[in-house]
Amino acid sequence: MSSGRDHYVRPVDFKHGHVDMTHGGGGRAMAQLIDELFLREFDNEWLRQGNDQAAFDVSAGRMVMATDSHVVSPLFFPGGDIGCLSVHGTINDVAMSGAMPLYLAAGFVLEEGFPLADLKRIVASMAAASRAAHVPVVTGDTKVVERGKGDGVFITTTGVGIVPAGIHIAGDRAQPGDRILVSGTIGDHGVAIMSLRENLTFETTITSDTAALHGLVAAMIAAAPGIHCLRDPTRGGLATTLNELARQSDCGMVIAEQRIPVQPQVNAACEFLGLDPLYVANEGKLVAICAAADADRLLAAMRAHPLGRNAATIGEVITDPHHFVQMDTSFGGRRIVDWLTGEQLPRIC
Amino acid sequence: MKYVDEFRDGALARKVAAAIAAEARPSRRYNLMEFCGGHTHAISRYGLADLLPPGIRMIHGPGCPVCVLPIGRIDNAIALAASPGLILCTYADTMRVPASKGLSLLKAKARGADIRMVYSSADAVRIAQEHPDREVVFFAIGFETTTPPTAVAILRAQELSLANFSVFCNHVLTPAAIGNILESKEVRELGTLPLDGFIGPAHVSTVIGSQPYEYFAEEYQRPVVIAGFEPLDVMQAILMLVRQLNDGRAEVENEFTRAVTRDGNAKAKALVAEVFELRRSFEWRGLGEVPYSALKVKAAYAAFDAEARYGITYRSVPDNKACECGAILRGVKEPSDCKVFGTVCTPENPIGSCMVSSEGACAAHYTYGRWKDAAIVAAAPA
Amino acid sequence: MCLAIPARVVALPALDVARIDLGGVQKEISLALVDDVRIGDYVIVHVGYALTKLDPEEAERTLAMMGEAGLLGGDESTAAAAGTAATPAPAGEGAE
Repeated sequence: MSSGRDHYVRPVDFKHGHVDMTHGGGGRAMAQLIDELFLREFDNEWLRQGNDQAAFDVSAGRMVMATDSHVVSPLFFPGGDIGCLSVHGTINDVAMSGAMPLYLAAGFVLEEGFPLADLKRIVASMAAASRAAHVPVVTGDTKVVERGKGDGVFITTTGVGIVPAGIHIAGDRAQPGDRILVSGTIGDHGVAIMSLRENLTFETTITSDTAALHGLVAAMIAAAPGIHCLRDPTRGGLATTLNELARQSDCGMVIAEQRIPVQPQVNAACEFLGLDPLYVANEGKLVAICAAADADRLLAAMRAHPLGRNAATIGEVITDPHHFVQMDTSFGGRRIVDWLTGEQLPRIC
Repeated sequence: MKYVDEFRDGALARKVAAAIAAEARPSRRYNLMEFCGGHTHAISRYGLADLLPPGIRMIHGPGCPVCVLPIGRIDNAIALAASPGLILCTYADTMRVPASKGLSLLKAKARGADIRMVYSSADAVRIAQEHPDREVVFFAIGFETTTPPTAVAILRAQELSLANFSVFCNHVLTPAAIGNILESKEVRELGTLPLDGFIGPAHVSTVIGSQPYEYFAEEYQRPVVIAGFEPLDVMQAILMLVRQLNDGRAEVENEFTRAVTRDGNAKAKALVAEVFELRRSFEWRGLGEVPYSALKVKAAYAAFDAEARYGITYRSVPDNKACECGAILRGVKEPSDCKVFGTVCTPENPIGSCMVSSEGACAAHYTYGRWKDAAIVAAAPA
Repeated sequence: MCLAIPARVVALPALDVARIDLGGVQKEISLALVDDVRIGDYVIVHVGYALTKLDPEEAERTLAMMGEAGLLGGDESTAAAAGTAATPAPAGEGAE
């Protein structure tokens, strides 16, 4: 904590206080909030220097940068909150290139009136996630908007990392004959969120799968450095990610419904609401595409890692100028798994 | 999930498929209409077409309450939602249906209308209780399955003496729609729509029973088999229809015996009869005016009837000239016959209701059939 | 239309209210449309209401009937030529 800022009349009231416009005003109130919340929670050598930027040495190699804005509602859900979600999300985006994530930046847009108790809880969660992942938040920014102009809190995180030499992982590298793997059960996060949505409440023990995947990715690259593609299926679910990769790689895919891991409760919740788990968001899973020869080794490495216990090979890449993602249904027929249209809404019909 | 997974069993599916293939005579076609949008969806979702022999043609019927809801009624709902302070509660299915002036309920919500998606009519009543200072309207749609829940909501609102709750009633009736199709020119006179039999709706039938279909089987000499919702149910019903047609029978058979009886749910029917009465006529998108095909709230419950409460006037709005939803809903045209299908009209930018609802014929074909057509092209010799 | 799902009644917490379980997911729904529902019964649930009870014996009977498909009726010669269900329908014809 830097000196010269210790003379506040009274500490920030995190129990009962609310965000007000002075917290974004650039004056003492804002400095105090930064000191007593952000600096205290994130607490690292860069933030302690008190500059508007963070400086660090870079090793040689290709640098990767990714950014994500988080607007999730509700802010707190079983298994996580917007805070750890924002840390994991950007770490994962960086990791999907094969890079080891190094540093994060975090920008906050706070709505006037937002309870400071909730803000503290969110920031503490971010800090915990950041520490567990060994990726510090080295710089940040805070703004406040008038009541009614924000959804409580919006968080934008940006991350940087370095890709090890010889690693080339990108969305356009899938080849016919490649195998498609998924790191675990799909649809958990979306169902956990939906179970709290007003008017859709149902009781379930499903928790969000939000997690930082860079450790899993490192283990996967060690086992199979020639991996072609990695992507995490967030909004739009597995189906959207597969369609994206098929289009980028100018190929098609055939997957088997029976092979896709889905928790029974996720299936059941989707039945209630008329949703398809293939389109439901995930926050701690990844899709990997690799050469057939690497598939067994890669699957074993994934299953050996705590975040890949339920990993499975679900299909393969084929030649197809239409870029269809085809699925053999567990029932026996075949259909395509198309792009998601708009947001998947529950239905009664 | 018990009573669900067993009816999705692939091994049983192959047995039933083999039976259909064995019994469907190669010398004739079997033109079967699956009335219910849920069956359309099941056929697409499970790739049932792969398991049927080529002589069986499935025709999608108008049993999709979102698809048959006229633009003018959505306009009414949007106008209600735009009333200051009013909360419009709706099932999520209606949110994306395109209405007049390029609007939809989703767009109206984005512009500030207080529109809330609910899972149940009971949620709408609860919202009315929680906001006694606001007017709350429940946008009721659906066939006979969904009508009893609306009746219960109105009776509950009355029990609670709610002064701020009403229902915008758009409930429609299945037998009327079946009759309309069988009476249509294409079926009766022109023979342009060869229609041999019906797969009857699953859950509508749990309420109304199998009895109402007996009239159609008798009068129009076409078999009806009521089928459950799971893919095995649909396959078994198709087998039963093939057998009836081979035998020259025209009966009502029930495949969904685990949930459907001849008389249906007397309690539910009584509650509906208590609260609703028949409209003399109602416009169905694609079918035009259909007599005695829809319900309105009885005068005794006028306090809970949004049409009475807000003096709603209905203005019929014709479909986009290029839109073929009408013909498609009647089974007369296929989605690929529509000039704007897949070009201007897509799931992202739906022009008509057949594309908006995931069980609409066009949405189903866009996802499933478009692939089949492309596969055909790919398989053609170079 | 009419997305409805069979679920098991696990509790009856209040008059006309049942707590149902589907694959581990639980919800409270209304029994206003059905009578005589007991814990352990299966009901068909649509938009938060039970529409009817599911008859377990009829369910078994229907499954048995499906299992016997192919053993009843049909032409012997066409049965032999039928092949397996995995063969896709020829392009351009038949069902959607």
